[in-house]
Amino acid sequence: MLMAGAGALYEKRKGVYPKAVDGFYRRLKWAVMAVTLAVYWGTPWLRWDRGPYAPDQAVLVDLAHRRFYMFALEIWPHEFYYVAGLLVMAGVGLFLVTSAVGRAWCGYACPQTVWTDLYQHVERFIDGDRNAQMRLAKAPWGVAKIGRRLFKWAVWLAIAFITGGAWIFYFADAPTLQAQFWSGTAAPVAYATVAVLTATTFVLGGFMREQVCIYMCPWPRIQTAMLDEKSLIVTYKEWRGEKRGSLKKAEAHPGTFGDCIDCNQCVAVCPTGIDIREGPQIGCITCALCIDACDKVMAQVGRPRGLIDYCTQEDAEAEQKGRAPRPVLKTLLRPRTMAYFAVWAGIGAAMLFALGARTRIDISAQQDRNPIFVRLSDGAIRNAYTVKLRNMETRPRAMEIGVEGLKGAALWTDAGSREAARATLRTTVPADSVAKLRVFLVQPAGGTARQDFRFTVRGLDSEGGGDSEPARFERP
Amino acid sequence: MADEKRIDAATGTEIKHHEWDGIQELDTPLPRWWLWTFYATILFAIGYMIAYPAWPLIDRATGGVLGWSSRGTLEKELAARERQIAPVRQAIAATPITALPGQRQLMQQAIEGGRAAFRVHCVQCHGSGAAGSKGYPNLNDDDWLWGGDLATIEKTITDGVRNPDHAATRQSQMPAFGKDQLLSAAQVDDVVAHVRVISGQDKASAASRRGATVFADNCAVCHGPAGKGNRTVGAPNLTDAIWLYGGDRETIHETVWNSRHGVMPRWDDKLDKATIRMLAAYVHSLGGGEAAPAARADAGH
Repeated sequence: MLMAGAGALYEKRKGVYPKAVDGFYRRLKWAVMAVTLAVYWGTPWLRWDRGPYAPDQAVLVDLAHRRFYMFALEIWPHEFYYVAGLLVMAGVGLFLVTSAVGRAWCGYACPQTVWTDLYQHVERFIDGDRNAQMRLAKAPWGVAKIGRRLFKWAVWLAIAFITGGAWIFYFADAPTLQAQFWSGTAAPVAYATVAVLTATTFVLGGFMREQVCIYMCPWPRIQTAMLDEKSLIVTYKEWRGEKRGSLKKAEAHPGTFGDCIDCNQCVAVCPTGIDIREGPQIGCITCALCIDACDKVMAQVGRPRGLIDYCTQEDAEAEQKGRAPRPVLKTLLRPRTMAYFAVWAGIGAAMLFALGARTRIDISAQQDRNPIFVRLSDGAIRNAYTVKLRNMETRPRAMEIGVEGLKGAALWTDAGSREAARATLRTTVPADSVAKLRVFLVQPAGGTARQDFRFTVRGLDSEGGGDSEPARFERP
Repeated sequence: MADEKRIDAATGTEIKHHEWDGIQELDTPLPRWWLWTFYATILFAIGYMIAYPAWPLIDRATGGVLGWSSRGTLEKELAARERQIAPVRQAIAATPITALPGQRQLMQQAIEGGRAAFRVHCVQCHGSGAAGSKGYPNLNDDDWLWGGDLATIEKTITDGVRNPDHAATRQSQMPAFGKDQLLSAAQVDDVVAHVRVISGQDKASAASRRGATVFADNCAVCHGPAGKGNRTVGAPNLTDAIWLYGGDRETIHETVWNSRHGVMPRWDDKLDKATIRMLAAYVHSLGGGEAAPAARADAGH
């Protein structure tokens, strides 16, 4: 009903049949697509030797064992702030890129753009270019149309399947999981994930396409806050182009018409189906294919290129008034981009510093609360603690636990006895794991009801390192 | 006016006959899918009432043809859990307790099982932390009346202490020296003074020196000439820092005058072998557990 009235809130999707185009930006898009797809499909298969105690997959999000591996880096759950920091950097990075070169992410690197682009090439390969596609869309359903559609959907589905299929390899050893996947022995969640991602890739890349950018994605809306008059956007220089007129008309009435010959090529190649000549708009993902198309036409009619071009609003105004535009470097290096870069680089430097300084040993101690102390037959007081030693290296390590600030204290574990109590305790913690020890601590009678001290741990191998943990000794 | 149908031009839907301050309401029908879902839920509810407990009666609810109950579910889960841990229980029952520490995993399982059983059967007297209270031994410390090695603890739990009508139970009788007039009031005072001295709480006095003689004549047979106790008869060590009832003058006097006969029930008639063994392993693990006597003797040489 809403679609019926004149002020309808719902607009039916108009088919978008972007025409093939060649040029600098198209080739750039090819390159970006090749790199991003190669990274996506190839990364899980990269190997990285970490020794016998850790997986050899270069990038692995090991949810089952709660570890995140990235080349030489291993992140434990308690170090998740590194991942949070990476996400913050990614966010600030988007701001930085947007304020400097506009919606470059949307136009080149966003998965929605990359896969839509890939799907559209498949579509052109099977159905032909723009005009053939439009004809086929209007044609009644017959054997030929059904055949072509089924073929196209099958290819799309195959791409969707390997897309969804590759995702799971980031979460388990890729060769093993692949063998399990085909033999039907992989975890149900693996099949479910592949099914869901196959379906979303197929639908989002094949059918929803630009609607995702225009209606679903929040990013274009955030852009409006990020873009300013100094951001590079795809601009139609209307003062140069208007008034539009065909070559013939222009020849007949010299001086009345602008450079735009109204050939509609910029609209024909647009993957989101907009007309850039209407000005900056939310549907423009700045893929710059219209620049390629227009440049080609301008070359053919012998007019200067760049009627549609990457241009800041400020430069557009300057150009309109006959002033020289600012140099590109000056556009990129301005306070706003510098500030974003400073934040981005600051977080990155802080994380690198933290990574370099992080210890791979950790101790934590929890005191027994029931009973909080035990009086022994010689009058000495015993407290018990659950001590956890974390060895974050991928090899077993010998460690020594000690006590700081508690005179005459002796330690033993539940594996030993008081006769074996010493001032320090030695143990070997298996590779990449947490050892849990029940530690008894005994001290001669006398002293305050509560005394603070520290448990210490140090690595006994050449790497060394250590940690300490505050604890409390309780007496009657 | 009431029977006059008015149709909204923009939507083609009938307009209802009420109006508030010029605001009117469309009589938009429910969406078809919504309506069918609604009917489906009604059908589902009827089926549910038949299949599952639903209608409250006076003392219960209708049972439902599937016979489901939350209590039944719990019973099934408990039975499944029992089946799951049965092999462990069998292994523990089949392993002599002295051999348990050699099997680290089984020992750990026994300790955890003992921890759970302790909460059910033992905390009433020994406390949730096994720290005991007056008259109930603290099981965390290194002072044992009958012995702190695994086998001895197991024996104590199995047969109890002074459990009536049980021949194998641990037995010891301290006479009520004052009440039964085995010692005079002055002698009791003297022997209390002596015990205070050998436990390091008081300095030697004339009374304690008199008490030493009384102690040698009456007490040393069980507590030993030095008062170090004797585990074969469960006589406590009087020289250490741990007192079951208290080490102050009044409490020691009361103990000597009236004697103490604390009781611990036998458990072999209530718990199975595996549970008792797990309890012994748990108590031994609390920090005061001792090595077997043979091993202790070896270590001493």
